[in-house]
Amino acid sequence: MFKIIDAEFLAPGIKRFVIEAPRIARKQKPGQFVILRIYEEGERIPVTIENSDPERGTISIVVQAAGKTTHLLNSLNTGDQILDVVGPLGKPSEIRNYGTAVVVGGGVGTAMAYPTAAALKRAGNRVLSIVGARNKELVILEREMRDVSDALMITTDDGSYADKGFVTDKLRQLIQNGTRIDLVIAIGPIVMMKAIADLTRKENIHTVVSLNPIMIDGTGMCGGCRVLIDGKSEFACVDGPEFDAHRVDFSVLVQRNSMYRDAEQRSLSEFHRCKTEAATQEPEHAVAVAPTIRQGDQR
Amino acid sequence: MSTTTKKSQNPLPMKERMKVPRQLMPEQPAELRAHNFEEVNLGYDTDLAQQEAMRCLECAKPTCTDNCPVGVDVKAFVERIVIGDFLGAAAKIRESNVLPAVTGRVCPQEDQCEGTCLLSKKVKPLGIGYLERFVADYEQRMGTHILPSVTPTGKKVAVVGSGPSGLTVAGDLIQKGHKVRVFEALHEVGGVLVYGIPEFRLPKQIVREQIEYMRQMGVEFETDVVVGRTITIDELLEEEGFDAVYIGTGAGLPQFMNIPGEHFNGVYSANEFLTRINLMKAYKFPVYDEPMLDLKGRDVAVIGGGNTALDAIRSALRLGARKAYVIYRRSDAEMPARAEEVHHARQEGIDFQMLTAPVEFISDGKGWLTAARCVRMELGEPDASGRRRPVPMQGSEFDLPLSVAVIAIGTSANPIVQSTTPGLGTNKRGYIQASEETQRTTRKGVFAGGDIVTGSATVILAMGAGRRAAKSIHEYLTTGEW
Repeated sequence: MFKIIDAEFLAPGIKRFVIEAPRIARKQKPGQFVILRIYEEGERIPVTIENSDPERGTISIVVQAAGKTTHLLNSLNTGDQILDVVGPLGKPSEIRNYGTAVVVGGGVGTAMAYPTAAALKRAGNRVLSIVGARNKELVILEREMRDVSDALMITTDDGSYADKGFVTDKLRQLIQNGTRIDLVIAIGPIVMMKAIADLTRKENIHTVVSLNPIMIDGTGMCGGCRVLIDGKSEFACVDGPEFDAHRVDFSVLVQRNSMYRDAEQRSLSEFHRCKTEAATQEPEHAVAVAPTIRQGDQR
Repeated sequence: MSTTTKKSQNPLPMKERMKVPRQLMPEQPAELRAHNFEEVNLGYDTDLAQQEAMRCLECAKPTCTDNCPVGVDVKAFVERIVIGDFLGAAAKIRESNVLPAVTGRVCPQEDQCEGTCLLSKKVKPLGIGYLERFVADYEQRMGTHILPSVTPTGKKVAVVGSGPSGLTVAGDLIQKGHKVRVFEALHEVGGVLVYGIPEFRLPKQIVREQIEYMRQMGVEFETDVVVGRTITIDELLEEEGFDAVYIGTGAGLPQFMNIPGEHFNGVYSANEFLTRINLMKAYKFPVYDEPMLDLKGRDVAVIGGGNTALDAIRSALRLGARKAYVIYRRSDAEMPARAEEVHHARQEGIDFQMLTAPVEFISDGKGWLTAARCVRMELGEPDASGRRRPVPMQGSEFDLPLSVAVIAIGTSANPIVQSTTPGLGTNKRGYIQASEETQRTTRKGVFAGGDIVTGSATVILAMGAGRRAAKSIHEYLTTGEW
């Protein structure tokens, strides 16, 4: 059992948990993730590690409510326990001094981009960060990202905060302004990562994306997380999750992530129905839900 | 062996023993079991067990024990069954086998103990596996395990992986007085016994009981630890104070065929398919949250001819598949699966497409599998494995309509431990190098065995490696010599 020692909403539907996990805290490096299971009948889902504190023996994870498991997770609070947390999984980000690195975080992906941005900064890079969200409320970790970046650009889809538009608009501007870019690392929704890849391919800029396929064990055993890289199957959990964006077949990733959409919808609606029937005292805190986001889109 | 000099306890004269037929294993009727996950074999009762045990010819030099990877003293335990000392029989087996209820169910006995049984020269071999299962289950029902008494040595051993190999090492070493802690990457202990082998062949309750017995003996288990990621082998030795480490991480990454369309929705690796069913209980969705594709009324095929392939396709049948095919590129004679499983699968109505191989998967244009394009094969000259090489027949292509295809053609080495342990030697296929005799690796104090050394094999071979490793770890801990 893994105890939650702090829990707070960063944005509607996006919650940060600090969890006692001393072994994971000691080993976590930027770019890695955990798999968790909340209760005996629960599924295993991969979740972003935002940070860790080896001294305190804690990790912090950031979760966006999308499916049943993430909704359930976000209903947990300080003092509650999570049955299983395993990690840190995946290869860490390759951190070195590239020169100028552009770090792009889309939505909850910002939580995973943050430790990588911080590490790139520590390694001596000039770090230009771009954070995108649907609207003002969903912009997360702004202060944290600003602290580790030489410049931070923010976009919102609806223009309710900072600049209206998409993260690709900002990246395109940087390129058009003649900014020398040695590395782009993009973490967020698949459509965003694909758009970034398409943009930088033309400019021949080395680009890394962190992929979020369906996953069960996270140790290479099941092969469920296979992604098509240059036409060959690779496993996101042991070969990734970070891959050269220009070699990734994003359409296959989208297709494979849709495999259980019906089941996920069913789980979620039954979960909401149960909660509605059970909820008598407090009205449910309104959360923004994107029903087409898979639970696995946590990272 | 101990029984060679004393008088036989068996009331049946030698020449009468050959006349007793091998006692049939009671089983669930095929038409019934094809629709449930309950165990196929129901087990002997005491009468059947004693009747079968009396067939033993009590050879002066029993080859059954020689052919057992863990060296179970078959003659001695069978004799105890004859005289009705079933708990004594169980204790006898446990001297060399910590998982008798498991091996009695999943061992390929025909290739081992029963393969060289003297009886088989004239009639059917002694039902050693059935008898082993009987005494293990009897012991469990009685709830009276005889716990061995041991003197603590003060030494600590870390076992990486809680599959059959790791459990064997743990069970053997705890009985030598060493402290043992087993690290498991998944949330449940048992490795392939819980994620791989289905309920109808090995009920999970059996595995849990065997593990509970090991807990009672003092073995500690820690789940949710991926050694190589959560902690390294070096940290176990240097920081956590373990005196030796055994690596039994098991079969690794599932192999794919690298044919077009393998990424379509509906194509699974056998490991994923079986993990969803066995470990995650996806077939109980939505009571359990992990989903899987609905197989009811769908056509499903497995590609491969091993035990894993049969486990997968027989699971698919139980989940309501309309057609359930095994596609295997060689012929019956080359199939690596246990004879009993093939027999059971045929009884249940699995359609074996032998000498057939898929060359491409076909989709509906939206990424969902609709068929496998296959070719028929014929057998040519023997290949490196000594088996006749399958050669595609010209113009034999045909499309087999399918909603789900499960690929069960083997695994390759999982790199996580090797890549995070400096100085740990591997072979060119990435498996860990270990001495066949002592299971020692190239790193002092580090031992390895099972599938991570040999590549995919059987439960009992992994247990055999565990047995040798435990012996050699004990020697190392006692003498300090490497």
